[in-house]
Parts: sequence; structure tokens; C-alpha cells
Amino acid sequence: MLEIEIDGKKLTVPGGSTVMDAAHSVGVHIPHFCYHKKLSIAANCRMCLVQVEKAPKPLPACATPVTDGMKVHTHSDMAVTAQKGVMEFLLINHPLDCPICDQGGECQLQDLAVGYGGSASRYEEEKRVVPNKNLGPLISTDMTRCIHCSRCVRFTEEIAGYQELGMPGRGEHTEVMTFIGKTVDSEISGNVIDLCPVGALTSKPFRYSARAWELSRRKSVSPHDGLGANLVVQVKDHRVKRVLPLENEAINECWIADRDRFSYEALNSEERLTKPLIKQGGVWQEADWQSALEYVVHGLKDIIANHGADSIAAVATEQATLEELYLLKQLFAGLGSQNVETRLRAADFGLKTQGATWLGQSIVDFVGSDAVLVVGSTLRKEQPLIAQRLRQAVKKGAKLAIVNSHGDDLLTTLAGELIVRPDQLVEGVLAVIKAVTEARGVAAPAHIDLAGVEVTDAARAVAAVFEGKDKTSIALGNLAQQNPRYAELHAAAAALAELVGAKLGVFAAAANSVGAQLAGATGAGNVFAQPKKAYVLLNTEVEFDTANGAEALAAVQQADMVVALGSFGSCALEHADVILPVSPFSETSGTFVNVEGKPQSFNGVVRPLGETRPAWKVFRVLGNLLGLENFGFNSSEEVRDLVLAGDVAAKLSNAAVAPVAVKAQAASGVVRLGEVPIYQLDMLTRRAPALQATADALAASQLKANAATLAKLGLAHGGNAQVKQGAGVATLAVALDAGLADDVVRVAANLPATRALGALTAAIEVTQA
Amino acid sequence: MAATRLLSDDARKEIDRELAKYPAEQRRSATMSALRIAQVEHRWLTNELIEEVAEYIGIAPVAVYEVATFYNMFDREPVGRHKITVCTNLPCALSGGADAGKYLQQKLGIGYGETTADGRFTLKEGECMGACGYAPVLLMNNHSMCKHMTPEAIDKKLAELE
Repeated sequence: MLEIEIDGKKLTVPGGSTVMDAAHSVGVHIPHFCYHKKLSIAANCRMCLVQVEKAPKPLPACATPVTDGMKVHTHSDMAVTAQKGVMEFLLINHPLDCPICDQGGECQLQDLAVGYGGSASRYEEEKRVVPNKNLGPLISTDMTRCIHCSRCVRFTEEIAGYQELGMPGRGEHTEVMTFIGKTVDSEISGNVIDLCPVGALTSKPFRYSARAWELSRRKSVSPHDGLGANLVVQVKDHRVKRVLPLENEAINECWIADRDRFSYEALNSEERLTKPLIKQGGVWQEADWQSALEYVVHGLKDIIANHGADSIAAVATEQATLEELYLLKQLFAGLGSQNVETRLRAADFGLKTQGATWLGQSIVDFVGSDAVLVVGSTLRKEQPLIAQRLRQAVKKGAKLAIVNSHGDDLLTTLAGELIVRPDQLVEGVLAVIKAVTEARGVAAPAHIDLAGVEVTDAARAVAAVFEGKDKTSIALGNLAQQNPRYAELHAAAAALAELVGAKLGVFAAAANSVGAQLAGATGAGNVFAQPKKAYVLLNTEVEFDTANGAEALAAVQQADMVVALGSFGSCALEHADVILPVSPFSETSGTFVNVEGKPQSFNGVVRPLGETRPAWKVFRVLGNLLGLENFGFNSSEEVRDLVLAGDVAAKLSNAAVAPVAVKAQAASGVVRLGEVPIYQLDMLTRRAPALQATADALAASQLKANAATLAKLGLAHGGNAQVKQGAGVATLAVALDAGLADDVVRVAANLPATRALGALTAAIEVTQA
Repeated sequence: MAATRLLSDDARKEIDRELAKYPAEQRRSATMSALRIAQVEHRWLTNELIEEVAEYIGIAPVAVYEVATFYNMFDREPVGRHKITVCTNLPCALSGGADAGKYLQQKLGIGYGETTADGRFTLKEGECMGACGYAPVLLMNNHSMCKHMTPEAIDKKLAELE
């Protein structure tokens, strides 16, 4: 520890701290632009110049390590003169266009110019003008405003993992840009908007739509992936205008993924439904809530009376709140049906665990592991911010390995990589288990049959990441959870975790995947395989939210009654009988339980649109109309407190109730690797125009296979192919993906083009088109 | 993935030798050398060539582009078979450098930064080459320096060049 003095305040700081760190620890603010706590030190804006006694000239606080006995003056005449000098230089080329700049009112340069800038400029020559760049559909540029702090460049390289932005040129010819003609395609690219201290990079969808000071800031929680990123939702006139991160070091740090940031566009979509609709004689009629709900009650009662309670089923996506899912489950229980399911993209429901599956530890502990194995995950697209945190962990020395069905670049260094067919993920994990048993001379548990398992070098490399490591973790991603042999896969991963002393975790695909289990809204299995007479769909578009869209659509189409609760009119127009407009996350109070089992409650940030109502209230009224008991809740908080009564942690467990026997199976033939594209995750992301215009979204509908498979199928990169599963047919553009195993055809699910296809991991016919 | 392969095997071998000088995780350190090798082979750096160098080193193209645009000895526009760089910094300029430049312009019929119509010569203005005592100095194709370049010496030199 070193003793120093800042502005007369004595303090002790750990060795290696910078003057900036030390100043922050005592609440002294040093003006800065390029410094950011999560980024490397650049020291190129020079705004943080301070006076250090015995130093001959001002020193940059962000890049000056403290030494014992150092005396720093951050606001002495020398420091302020230096800071003012720097400010004058920064303003020389900065345009005076604050009145038309989106950053106006929340601009660090504007704020600091008030304190350090002159009231008039001594510079009379021509200012520099820099052409704007096209960085894609999310980020708008006004590059003349750039002060070259390089935060955005460092972000893409250090946090996002790939340097998409650079600063070509020299001196006053330096410009921030991408490589010729490229856009910024990272799944967390929007953070550069927050990082930019001036108005050079601003939000394209938000552009010119509101002023910072007109917006109310309200806390919320991201309704997309299972991380539960904390949000500040900014609203004006009861409309969500913008979404920014709320710093929470334990969860999302100071970042959010692009889908957290830009999905709000869907909230203001023209497709939003404002009144209940009832289909009468094949024509949709607007209705009032009373008659719509009575219609639902009578319909459900009739069907139960004629066909029994097992003839009705409810499905909801895991983006629904804890309260909604609990009341939906209670409603069905009251009607005598257990047919409630939220695991709509699962193909195997055989796994029974002792509690709700979760990460197995906190997010901070997980990314603090010395070695991590991720099984079956398109990690960057499924969990953009966990992928980012693992990237930082690898930089600090952690080992990361994957057993996966594709070799998508994680933009970090992998210590082990085993790529297998999607129907061979179990065998992939078995190979790692066998490698561990061979290396350590231990035996696998009895229910794991290693006969016929071949140990490859890749499997040995994956097994080796656990060698000599104390804190190790294994996590199962979405591809694993959607696998038709998930129960076996889970058992194999659990056995491997046991062998190497790792913690087993299950990533949460959606904001409330863990909460859905706590609410008891799982357990029915696939309710579409054996079609029911009536379906209640909560926020579910059956073609887009299920593993087998064709099967689900066929099931709801044959049903006598379909009640769709959703925010968008288009969600079920073709097959529903009643559509009830319910609130998205922004218009209801509720709770999401994130991947680490942390319940995060939030309030509605705007009032419900039109006659939209929060779904938990709709279920409460339905419960009362049906005369069910225990539906007298006064608030969503009462529901939450009831569901989460007791110790939530005790309700989480990845341990199987009974061991599942695992045995290697052979696989052959062309198999589909089906996955949910990043911007098809839920109702909101698929209706956000900016997200749909990103490179990720545009590339999603390509068919991908490796060179050998393409040749075998007679396809060529850039051509077209026709794929067929059952009765479903799709014509897709073909692209080469060298990271796939042989005979694997990667065809994303839940896209308009592919919704008619069948199961995610199953045989698929491919022909030239 | 580049559509066509621009760098020859020899160039790749040379780049490998440069890469071997740095730790495996510091491959970007070889960027300048790799660009130099690429430029020697192709005379000037196209964006495609920059991309291929980046791909070969294993770093983002924009990182290589940053280096290529920073140093003025990297040419990102077509140059003639012989690039002549005249030092016009003050000591050289006072000792005949400016005159040498003027003579070259007149003789070749081009200005600084221009290339003769037959694609033979490109004339550039350069910065101090650390050889003020030998003024006026010229640099041929970034690599060989010619000293005491009086008009006669320039005539002789140009006649040697194809």
C-alpha cells in the first residue's frame, strides 16, 4: 500500500493504482474523455492532466501510476491551466453544432467545456470536416465531432473481441472508421454509443427523436436472454424512446447487448394490438374485455365439459414474468389441467432435476472460474454478455473449451475445441469423459457407458483444460438444451463435472427461464405432439417460438379454440379465436429470475398501450370469472412473494432426480443443426426493424455446411438450396461454414423462411435449387 | 477469405520469418514488415492486399489498414516501376535538394505525387533520410539511397532505369 495525497486528502492505495483510480476512491473528479474503467489506458485525450509535486510538467492522471508519498493537485493553477489548454485544442476542430447534436445535454465534451472551455475561440481558421461512415443500422455517425479518444476502437478490440473499428491516418488526417466498406457487426456494438463522449457515435434508431432532458429514466430488466441485464428505459409521452444499460457489476457490468438496447423499437410498433379481438364467422371483430374474457371462460368450460381437462393446454415463452406464469399455471390447475409448458424449444423432456436448472453459481463466480467448458452453445448469440465476460476471463488466464456443433469464432483463445454433429453432442461429452478417465486413471460412474467411445486429440485437449485447475465450471448452452438427447447430455455433463470437480451450470435461454421453473410452468412436455382441443398461448407465436414450428402450427390449427395473449395483433391472426392484448415487459410490473437464480422485479415504465392489460391481471380476472380460489391478489408483488416464499437458492438445482443412463449411439446421414437466430429470440426482437437489418439477422437465413458436405450435396457457396423436413420446404441461400462437422447442414429455425420446417436436430433433405 | 491469392509463397515465407521474431500472441508486431514485403512484391498496397496481409497475420484488416495509412512510405495508390523520393527537408533543400526536385519534375514532366504516362517513374517528396551531408539525396523504391544527386548524376541514374 502506498500513501499519497490528493488535493490535500491523505489516502492509501494499492501499488499499481493510477492517480485516476486513487482520485476516484476519494471522490475527486478529474475531467477525462479517453479514460474508461473497463478499457485499456490510452492517455490520448490529455484532459486528465494534473499537477504532481516534483514532476516538471503536468501528468495524465489516467496513465500515471502512484508512487509512495506522491502529492497530486487536480485543481491547482497548473493543473487547471493545462486542462484548459487541452480543452482549447479539443474544441479547435469540434463543430459548434450542439443545438442539432443528439448528444447535446448528455455530452461530456459539452459539460466539461462549460468548466474548462473559453467563452470564445481564438481559432479563426477553417475547421476540419470528416466524412461520415456507414457503421450499419444501429450506430449513426457524425465523424466531424470525433475527438479521437479511441474508446470505441478499444471497445471493439478489447471487449467485443474483434477490432472492427480503427483509426487510420495520421495527425489531423486520423479518422475513426471500419475497414473499407465494412459495418460494425458485433452483437454488443451499441455500447460504443454510450462510450462515445461526444456526438460522433449516436443511436441510429433514436436519432433526432427526443432530447436527453425530456426523457424520464426508469429502471427495468432486459426481457431477452437469461442474464437479466439491468436497464434504464427512457420514456417520453408514455412511449419508450431509448434503452441504456444500468450499471450492475455483478450482472451486466456497464454493458448491454444490442438486442437489449434496440428491441424497444417493437414496443412502439404499428403491429401493437390495443383492443381484444374475437373471430366471429371468420372475421376479426374488436371486443371489450368483458365479452372477450367471458368468451374465453365459456369456451374453455365447454371444451373441458365435452373433452375433459386434459384436452386443454397452455404454452408461454420464457420471456413471460414469474407472476404471469404462476397465475397461468394456477388457472390451469384450477381447471384441472397440468398442461402448461414454457420449454417450447426443447425436444427432450426426459430430464428431471431436483430444482430449477440454473448456472449453478453466481455469474461473477462462473466467469471467475479457472477453466470453463461450454457444451452446445452459439455462445455469442445466445449469451452475448456472458461470452464477453468469458473473453475477459481468458485474458486473465482462464482456460475456455467447447464441445459444440459448430466452430463459430468466440473471438477469444480456446484451449480445447471438439466439434461434433449435433446428434453426437452426447458422444462428444463422453469422449471428454473417457479422456479424463484415461488421463487420471479413474472410472466413470456406472450409468455412463463408455463402450465404443473414441477418444480424439480434440477430446483430450478439452479434457486437459481441467488439469491442475481449482475452480472449474461446465455449462450447457441452448443447443444442448434443445438437443433431442438433452437428458443424456445433461447426465454426461454432470458426470464429467463430478469427475473433474467442476460446477455444472445450465445457461438460461430467456429472461425468465429459471423463473418459469420456479413458477411451476413446466412439466407438460411437448403439448403439440398430441394435439389438444384448446390452446392458451401467452406471448407465443407458435411458428417462431417452438422447436418444431410446423408441428405446433398444425396442432393449433386443428384446435377448436385458441386463445392468444400477446402484444402484437399479428401474433396469431390466422389460427386464434380470441386475441387478448397483454403488456410487454415495459408496461407491467413483474419479476424475472435470471440465470444465477436472482429474482429481479421491475415496474412498468410506461402505461399500457390502448386497452392493453398486464397478463397477470388478465389471469386474475379469468381466475375470478371461473370462480377459482386464491386469485385475490392485489398486486404482482403479492404473487411474487407467494411464489418466491422461502429460500430461492434452495429451489435451484442441476442435480438429476435419478441417474440417466448414457450410452454412445452411432449417427449417420445428413443432419440439421437448427438454432434460434439471435434476433428471432422473442416477439420483441423479431419486430425491431434495426435489429432485423443487422448483418447477423441478414445472414441468419443462409444454409451453411462445410466444403465436403457442400460438394457431396452438389451445392456451392453463393448458390441456392432447397431443404425439406416432412412437409416443410424452404429455399435458402448457401454459404460455406468451415467450422461444421461433415454431413451437418446448418439451417436456422424460427425464421419466416424456415418456420415450416420440422425439428431442430433431425434428418433433413437437401437438394439443389 | 480472399477470393484470389495475392501474396506469393516467397512473400509468405518472408512474412513467416518476420512473424517468428515476435511471441505467438504478438503477431500484429509483424504488421509493418509484412506490409513492406507485400509492397515490394506488388509495388503498392491495394485494399485487397491489406486484407490478405491481415488475414495471413491473423488480425483485423482495419488494424493493418491503420499502419498502412500511418506511414507515408506505404503507397496506397498505383506507383510507377521506379518510385523516386526526393528529400526536401530544410538541410537538403538548402544544399540542392529543392533544385534536384525541380530538375526531376522538369525532366520527367510530372509533379510530386505523380506518375509518368508510361508508368516508369513516380516522383515523391520525402522527409529527412538522415543523410544531410550527402545532399541532395534521393530514395529509390524506398530501399536504395542515392547521394549527391546533381543533374548529371540524376541523368545517369535515370538512364540506368528501365
